[in-house]
Amino acid sequence: MDAILLQFLNGLDKGGAYALIALGLTLVFGTLGVVNFAHGALFMLGAFCAVTFNKLLSLEQVVLDETKKTAWGTATEIRTPYIESWFGELGSFLLDYSVPVSILVTIPVMLLIGIVMERGLIKHFYNRPHADQILVTFGLAIVIQEIIKHYFGANPIPQAAPDIVDGSANIGALFGLGDNIVYPWWRLVYFGFSATIIASVFAFLQFTTYGMVVRAGMRDSETVGMLGINIQKRFTVVFGLAAVVAGLAGVMYTPILPPDYHMGMDFLVLSFVVVVVGGMGSLPGAVLAGFMLGILQSFASMTEIKSIFPGIDQIIIYLVAVVILLTMPRGLMGREGVMEE
Amino acid sequence: MKQLFSREPFALLAFSVVILAMPLWLTPLGANYPDLLQKFAIFAIFAMGFNILFGLTGYLSFGHAAFLGVGSYAAVWSFKLFTMNVLPAIFFGVAFAGLFGLLIGYISLRRSGIYFSILTLAFAQMCYNLAYSVLTPITNGETGLQLTLQDPRIIDRAFAEAGAGLPETNLFGIDMSGYPGFYFCAVMLIICFFITRRIFNSPFGLMLRGIKSNQNRMGYTGFATRPYTLTAFVISGMFAGLAGSLLAVTDPLAGAERMQWTASGEVVLMTILGGVGTLIGPMLGAWIIKYFENIFSSFNNATLENAFSFLPEGLRTMAVDVSSLFVGEGWHLTLGVLFMLIVIFLPGGLMEGWRRLLRRFSGGGGGKSETAPVVQPAE
Repeated sequence: MDAILLQFLNGLDKGGAYALIALGLTLVFGTLGVVNFAHGALFMLGAFCAVTFNKLLSLEQVVLDETKKTAWGTATEIRTPYIESWFGELGSFLLDYSVPVSILVTIPVMLLIGIVMERGLIKHFYNRPHADQILVTFGLAIVIQEIIKHYFGANPIPQAAPDIVDGSANIGALFGLGDNIVYPWWRLVYFGFSATIIASVFAFLQFTTYGMVVRAGMRDSETVGMLGINIQKRFTVVFGLAAVVAGLAGVMYTPILPPDYHMGMDFLVLSFVVVVVGGMGSLPGAVLAGFMLGILQSFASMTEIKSIFPGIDQIIIYLVAVVILLTMPRGLMGREGVMEE
Repeated sequence: MKQLFSREPFALLAFSVVILAMPLWLTPLGANYPDLLQKFAIFAIFAMGFNILFGLTGYLSFGHAAFLGVGSYAAVWSFKLFTMNVLPAIFFGVAFAGLFGLLIGYISLRRSGIYFSILTLAFAQMCYNLAYSVLTPITNGETGLQLTLQDPRIIDRAFAEAGAGLPETNLFGIDMSGYPGFYFCAVMLIICFFITRRIFNSPFGLMLRGIKSNQNRMGYTGFATRPYTLTAFVISGMFAGLAGSLLAVTDPLAGAERMQWTASGEVVLMTILGGVGTLIGPMLGAWIIKYFENIFSSFNNATLENAFSFLPEGLRTMAVDVSSLFVGEGWHLTLGVLFMLIVIFLPGGLMEGWRRLLRRFSGGGGGKSETAPVVQPAE
């Protein structure tokens, strides 16, 4: 029982990441009708926003202390981050909380990147075949990836979670289930964070006038355009929003998985499977499938299950995708007439 | 000229001459060493096969590298178990890839469009992941499948005692390393070109094109399209299997990374770059990508300094800094940029660029007016 609950929790944070990326993919697909293979690169860029922010914060001032000598007879170096010497307490607080605080930086950056990408490239591909869209965004993803690799190197760069959530939570004790269920705090935070983001995206689409127009545009952009609304502009904003969602998913994922340049591609392939399983163009489907596949994956990596079906943890997602696509042609919650020529 | 070229024996002859003379005409480009030439031939086969599926039939498979991997593994196993002769290895490579193609195609072809792409991707990733984990006894996991001294090699042992070192792959005694290896691959490429050409010009090929332009309508006219698409899928899988086994022939080692989806992406790229649905486009694409991969990735800052040595000091450092992004380790960046440019400005690939050039010259009149009337009726 404990093991099952633990695997369930394990699946939630991974599922959260899948769901966030898949949500963005689906938003873009639903509004612009573009299959964006560079979405994983946006996830990765978000993660590197956090890395850059942290690097900037931890720029250090080196002071030589002549009174203390090291074993080699040279003066001791005292390193203090500039931010601490400038702001004192607040500085060290910022440094500790660099991952969550970098969200504030990431949002405008990703919004800008998303809008530039849409206006600069994607705009010209609305009416091209899906194969062309896949290919050009695939090329873009390679370019982004290589640029990041050039500046940050090929090795993963670990990021620390804030001290307060660095340890593990004794979930079992919280719910009165015994002391065996211990789980890292940050992963719980990540799950809560992704749930919040998903909820706010849905709320934005469901309860604001802007969101209503976007939803109407997803159904029939021509009619909305005839009503005198510049639907294209709103779709561009939605693309930016999708980029922000992917970026935020990346930022918060850095303490779980040290970011490297190809993390985007790794997640993209899985997220695409998630989108297709959920049903192209269905937002709830994407979220549902994201969490479902995340949880299934973590269950498949249990030793008990692996001993019955060796290797199942490696292929479970793809296996589920194959089965679902063959039995339910439109995925779990796909609408009729989407992506069916 | 074009009518002459369309005659079967002549086309084949011209093609064979061009391919077999590759070591000669590639010398000025600095690409005449056997390793690279072998890759040229092998990846041309791979891309040609992929083109039968994507270019003719219109199904974008994102998991074609799986067949390449299967072909390699089957070939290496044939070396290990039976004989170092390459013919059985190729036979097994093609046969196993064909079987896999039949299985994967039968399931994946139930869907079209992006669903098909995802299904093939899923199968390829499954093969890749399994090759790394559970199937280690067959694939030797991360190390990759290699020849060892303990291999049974039953057919070879029946004729001769085992030698001291690891044996070389051979074709009835001719070692398959260096130029003989290239010529062997080149002959295979010529055979594949012949087959592809026949497919392109056959009623079967016409049917595939029909499926590409409108599958529903093909259905309405009374054709069961599934057997046609499945045949195309299997043929294209067998081409990939052949390419994979040739990779093993030239270097008897098979690793799982050959099956990763980036490898599948590469073949898509080659095909797009050369020109989807054209006969020789994918081959050109494969050559260009392999050429740049070799040339660009071997550049380093010193060579760049040399290349820009005519510039004044300040400009030179700048030029070296900027261009060093694109070469050496960063040659993938060049690839990505090239890829984007092609898809944006020249969706038909190099072959379309060539046709546009021809049209411009023939339309421009003047000195080219003699060739123009010949080209136009042939269109």
